[in-house]
Parts: sequence; structure tokens; C-alpha cells
Amino acid sequence: MLNDRLRGMLKLNDEQRALLRRMQSILTSQLTGMWLVLTHTFTKADTIQYPEQQPVLSPRYRGRIVLTRDPDGMERCVACNLCAVACPVDCIALQKTEDESGRWFPEFFRINFSRCIMCGFCEEACPTYSIQLTPDFEMCEHNRQNMVYEKEDLLIDGPGKYHEYNFYRVAGKSVGGKDKGQAENEAEPIDVKSLLP
Amino acid sequence: MNENIGTVFDVVGVLLGVILVGAYLTWLERRLIGIWQDRLGPNRVGPFGLGQVVADMVKIFMKEDWIPPFVDKPVFILAPAVIMVTVLMSFAVIPFAPDVGVIDLNIGLLFVLAFTSLSVYSAVLAGYASNNKYALMGSLRAAAQTVSYEVFMGISLMGVVMLTGSFNLREIVEAQEGGWFCFSQIFGLLVFMVAAVAETHRTPFDLPEAEHEIVAGFHTEYSGMKFGMFFVGEYVSVLLSSAMVVVLFFGGWLGPDILPPLAWFSLKTFVFICLFILLRAALPRPRYDQLMAFGWKVMLPVALINLVITGGLALAFGG
Repeated sequence: MLNDRLRGMLKLNDEQRALLRRMQSILTSQLTGMWLVLTHTFTKADTIQYPEQQPVLSPRYRGRIVLTRDPDGMERCVACNLCAVACPVDCIALQKTEDESGRWFPEFFRINFSRCIMCGFCEEACPTYSIQLTPDFEMCEHNRQNMVYEKEDLLIDGPGKYHEYNFYRVAGKSVGGKDKGQAENEAEPIDVKSLLP
Repeated sequence: MNENIGTVFDVVGVLLGVILVGAYLTWLERRLIGIWQDRLGPNRVGPFGLGQVVADMVKIFMKEDWIPPFVDKPVFILAPAVIMVTVLMSFAVIPFAPDVGVIDLNIGLLFVLAFTSLSVYSAVLAGYASNNKYALMGSLRAAAQTVSYEVFMGISLMGVVMLTGSFNLREIVEAQEGGWFCFSQIFGLLVFMVAAVAETHRTPFDLPEAEHEIVAGFHTEYSGMKFGMFFVGEYVSVLLSSAMVVVLFFGGWLGPDILPPLAWFSLKTFVFICLFILLRAALPRPRYDQLMAFGWKVMLPVALINLVITGGLALAFGG
């Protein structure tokens, strides 16, 4: 008797059963979440404690800009101004000059790093692989003027990311010691007049 | 001198200890949440970053304590003091160990409930005095939330009181010699835990200061040390809630003799503080109507059923 009445009281209709199921799913999701967070007590922190621990940066990281040299140790930059044109914040200034052999190079080359946004457009624009971005970002200064780098600050001794490339050896321009047609993969110049009938 | 009242040493020790622990909870919370989010948290100032609290104190005292011209000045200044006073007063009746405690009051539990109810005045007055719509919304939420959750917070504890036959917290702890109330009063414990989180206005029940919805809620206009008072008050009330859970359901200072009673009490309280922080790290904030519906439609019935069943069993089997 009493048992039947109790069972009748405990009988749930569909709506009540759906409500109970919903509450159960809410409860389990909350508990699962808490458990998941708790398990992270034993996972390793992703933090790199920077000044003591140095981050591993990819070689293609866009940091401090350098001017590289070709494998012969000559300046790669031919002062074409394409980097200065590509620069969205106009932080590159340079002036072209020439040496006695006919080689072009910049008379001065100035990057104002307080403006530079490290976008890498200059590197993309450069036809001679001269200007390159490096994985170095530690360039804070107390004095804003010290953020302006001149050519001697930018120029490095090596070829950077492109070890073999030498612009003057593949380009058709004649410079001292290399005449027209003497570049790699370059055909001898054709004497147009000799083709006359 | 009344033997029920602790010595001056007890009083000063409890006051300083509670405020110090409350301040260090800021560090603990940031470290724990950091660990749970695969970060490190503050670890720079001093060993393990323990000096962070000192640095934060120095910073907050140096800050400009700005009182906006449009506020109700006396109330604005009073509000942060209210939360500190009410929460610290509750610690007067907490039995930390058999011989440690400020006062042995025969209405201890009611005293705590009364003062936690009073602490809502802090949020309400702060929001009212700020003369700012977001602050007022926050304080309205605080008032509604506290009133709703206060109801079954009290009811959930009546089971414990029935089993003990006393409101005295010291006697409640001593009554758990035979077995902690967390087993016999499991529903009371769950309901009390939820209500305690809601009372301290912490995530997931931090709607009065929900920064994504209402700026910073009732303390939007506060700065400097007045804001710090709200902040420390919140952490001290976390400590209070954890201590209350331990006293009421987990046998207070009771434990095997390998540790002194005070150490058992501190250890258990620490575990519950970590649980409070885990709740904040893991759970999202419900919508306001969900909060109210949960309180009135789920928690209150559970608390009432628990009360009825406990009462029936106490009548049937108790002396």
C-alpha cells in the first residue's frame, strides 16, 4: 500500500524527466570542467621566463634589420630604393653612389627603428637579398635618437640567409672585371649590325 | 575575566593572522590560477613571488585615493569599511583550536550568519553612494543575490544544528568526534558551499561585479586603498567561508594526533580555499535569471528536504 503510493509519488512525467536529464548534464559538464582544470596542476607551464630563459625564434622571425654582404664580402645593396618605396612607415632613407668600377652602392643607408614595424616588406622588395630581418628583438634604447641605425650599424659581415647569391655575378650589368655576357647563364651579347644582309 | 573570552594575544593574533592570510590569498589565487592555466603566476618578487603581496600593498597605498565629486561622500567612505568590519567580526566566534579563539559564544552560528548578512550593506551602500548606474546595478544584483542565497544558507545549516543541539561552533566541532557531518549532511554541505560562494560574490556568482556586463559593479568608482578594502574583504570572506565549511562539516580542528589541532584546522581550510579558487578557474558565470532560478528552484527545495529528513531521522533515532 504505502509502497505503491510512494512509487506513485516518485513517478515522473516526461517533462520532469527531461528537466532532470538537463540538470544532470549541466552538473556533469561543470564537474568535468573542474576536473579538467585540476589535472592541469600537473602539466608543465608554457611560460618562458624570458631574460633568464631565451626563447627559440625561427630563422624567419622578423626582428632587427641587417644589410648583408655577398659571398665575396662586398656590399649587396645596390641602392635601388625599392625597400624605401615598399616601407609602409617610411623609415628607410638611402642615397645611391657609384665606385670607379661601376658598382652601385648606398652612400648612406639609414633605418629609423623607432618607426619600423618589422613588417618585412623591405626584405620582400629587395632584388639582391641585401636587406634581411633577423631573429633579434632586443633593441631597446633610453634615447630615441639611438634607434636610428646608420649603414655601419646595419651592415654585417656575412651573407645572411642566402649563402651563395651574388647579384653582380648573375646580373647583366657590366662592372669592373666583368663585362657584358660574362655573367652566369648569360649568353654573349649579339652584335645586331652583323646580322645585316 | 570571563573564561569564554580569549586573551589579548588571541584577539590580536586572530586579527593579524586573518588579515595577513587574506592578503596572501591574492598571491595564492594568482599562482593557482596561473598553474591551472599553464602559466606560472607572480613568481618574481621574493621567493616564489611571496613578496608580490608587499609590492601590491605599497602600490595600492601610493595610489591616489580619488573620491569623485558626484558621490555621497560619507556613505562612499563608509562602505568599504563595512565589509572589512563585518567579515572580521565573524572570525571572533570561529574556534580555530581547542584553546585558540576570540570568544566562545553560545549563538556563534547565528552570529556568523548575521554578520555575513550585514556584509551585503557594503555592496549596496557602495553602489548607492557611487551615483553611477553600473555601480547601482551591481549593488542591486548583490542585494538580490545575497537575500536569495542567505535563505537556504541558513536552512542548510539547521541540519548540523539539529544533530548537535547547539548553535555554539565549539560544541558543533566537538559533536563531530564520532564522525564528520560532511557524510550525514552531504546535501547540507553542498547547499552551504554554493551559498558560501554566492555570499562571497566570487566567480561563478560574481554578478555584482561582473566586469563584462557592468564595468566593475558596485566598486566601479573606487580606487586606491578603498578599492583594496573591497578586495581584501572578498578574500577574507573566502577565508571565512572555508573556515565555516571546515568547522561545520569537516570536524574543525579534529584529526589524528600526528599534527596539532591548529594545523589540522589550517590544512582543511587551505583545501577549501583551493576549491574556491578552482571554482573560479573552471566555471563560467551564469546569467542573472539563471542564478535566481537556481537559488529558488533547486537549492531551496534541496535545503528544505534535507532539513525535513534530518529532522525526521533525529526524532526517530536521536535522544
